[in-house]
Amino acid sequence: MIVAEAKPFAEVAGMIGGCRRLLVVACAGCTAVCGVGGVRQAGELAAALRIHFRLKGLELETEVTGVTRQCEPEFVGELAEAVARCGAVLSFGCGVGVQFVADRFAGVPVFPALNTRFAGGFTVSGAWEERCRLCGDCQLHLTGGICPLTRCAKGILNGPCGGVQDGRCEVGWDVPCAWMLIHERLAALGRTELLRPIRPPRNWAHTSAGPRRQGVSTDDSGK
Amino acid sequence: MNPEPRIIGFCCYTCAYAAADLAGSMRVTYDPAITIVAIPCTGAVEPGVVLAAFEEGADGVFIAGCLDGECHYKSGNLRAKERVRALCAVLEKLGLETARLEMFQVSAAMATRFRDKATAFAARIRALPPSPVRRREGRGE
Amino acid sequence: MTLESNLARLLREGHFAVTAEVGPPKGASADPLLQKAAALKGYVDAVNVTDCQTAVVRLSSIAAAVHLKAAGLEPVVQMTGRDRNRIAIQSDLLGAYSLGVRNLLCLTGDHQRFGNHPEARGVFDLDSIQMVAMVRRLGDPGEFLCGEPIRGERPRFFVGAVENPFAGPLEMRVRRLEKKIEAGAEFIQTQCVFDLERFRRFMAMVREHGLHRRGRILAGVTPLKSVRMARFMRDQVAGITIPDEVLARLENAADPAAAGVSLCVEQISELRKIEGVAGVHIMAIAWEQIVPEIVRRAGLYPRPAQ
Ligand code: SF4
Repeated sequence: MIVAEAKPFAEVAGMIGGCRRLLVVACAGCTAVCGVGGVRQAGELAAALRIHFRLKGLELETEVTGVTRQCEPEFVGELAEAVARCGAVLSFGCGVGVQFVADRFAGVPVFPALNTRFAGGFTVSGAWEERCRLCGDCQLHLTGGICPLTRCAKGILNGPCGGVQDGRCEVGWDVPCAWMLIHERLAALGRTELLRPIRPPRNWAHTSAGPRRQGVSTDDSGK
Repeated sequence: MNPEPRIIGFCCYTCAYAAADLAGSMRVTYDPAITIVAIPCTGAVEPGVVLAAFEEGADGVFIAGCLDGECHYKSGNLRAKERVRALCAVLEKLGLETARLEMFQVSAAMATRFRDKATAFAARIRALPPSPVRRREGRGE
Repeated sequence: MTLESNLARLLREGHFAVTAEVGPPKGASADPLLQKAAALKGYVDAVNVTDCQTAVVRLSSIAAAVHLKAAGLEPVVQMTGRDRNRIAIQSDLLGAYSLGVRNLLCLTGDHQRFGNHPEARGVFDLDSIQMVAMVRRLGDPGEFLCGEPIRGERPRFFVGAVENPFAGPLEMRVRRLEKKIEAGAEFIQTQCVFDLERFRRFMAMVREHGLHRRGRILAGVTPLKSVRMARFMRDQVAGITIPDEVLARLENAADPAAAGVSLCVEQISELRKIEGVAGVHIMAIAWEQIVPEIVRRAGLYPRPAQ
């Protein structure tokens, strides 16, 4: 799941600045699940913004709605009429959702209400942890199902570094060292031989560099 | 100073609302500026509803729920306390006095405590200027 | 300009090597560095120049190394993967070699979170092991990481890495050391040793795997200047352990700095007795001028000729 968090109120209020009508669009996907992008949060922020502008002597009209997933053009398309009525959108989607809304409604300003943080899940209710860097070159079979790229502070592939102490990472005593976890896990599986080979430098071309990555479905079950 | 405040009290049906009711039958009076809204549990008062009350011109809002450990839905009152804390932060960001929002706890039998708490809250709101959200309402755009 | 690393030659000839460490200044003049260097001259075989240690911006390690070389000292350039990707590292190394640098120490690098720019983006394109392997291939067969051949002169560095015997289970540390040596590390400088007992066990395992024959191991030592510094290192610096009895000796001393020096001298003589220890690396943090005294008292002076 994509984990996001609310932007500071002042930042959102600042970015919507001169808008007098605003379509506030929640997303029922990931951001709703992590409790920041659902209809409820969208409604609350809309109310707070209305009060904020009224205190400045301005009126802001909002229309709060939601879509199943903002990362799908089909669902985003459902907003057409409301967007036409309002002329500006505050999106509670993740970064992907905001862009899909912006793509679909080219003539309309689209503002992000959230900061999109990472791909993760919750460990205990209300606490999320990053688990995947979306690197496009999964090596989890070699590391006991624990991703060093994501969970090691330096993302190193031949760990642990010399900073680990009592199983914890040098960057913070509350963070477990991913490489210690990997060692322990592989030891428990009796597969420590996986740690012997030197893992070569990574091919980052799969990841961050260059133009957007694209994928094509190889699932033909729907045909 | 605000001689005619509008105060909304969200009162849990099983405790605070019953206490208010009992106060009525005991002829214990509290500030008439208070409008009581019965709710099944304070845990059901969503932040959006409180913000709506302010937006509609409330000068003060209180949420009255059960004593700790006595919530009929186990922890609705605890959740409400958390929300009030979060809402106070929102009020602050908006530039509204956090004194305009409060949560207190009573049991169904505590008619006088309800009266004391509600009256004290109302006195506080009366001492504040009318809500700026409301004040500008009349001006129109 | 000597073509071969002096440090490499001494180690090959079986001398017990002495290296020290200096941190370049936080300004654009080499003078503070040269002052520190003047104190070390003749007392050490090579001097490590740190690469923005603890992620604090300092004068570049390569530039500092060139200054040291001009002052007659042999530098060991430290290179971390924190601030440079593979392109920058290879480019800088070609440059360093062209300027006469022959010794290189490869590190993953301290996390930027501890430095004076915690908002910086950490690069970590390569870890230390990958860097060692890459640098060895620059020298032989003389190709870049991408496989393209190097034109003209190849940089043939004497390549080192670090190891911290005190971070995590010994077994795992030895295994990682093995990976570094497998990647091509020719010398190893360890984290400062205070816990001799554990270090002896570490070395026993190193010998079991025959690693001391494949890479020269220089044990790290640090003279403790005060009780405060000792406590700070123990509590705040990741990967350092200081046993209670070491701390107690400092606490009970009338002159803790003198006790720290004596302790360091004793540690060196203990370390020399351990089979497989090929030298010491003295990290006298902000106390470089004490190094000559330590070297003399440890009976390591004079140094073999360069
Ligand atoms: S301590 Fe472990 S998790 Fe932290 S940077 Fe080092 S190897 Fe990575």
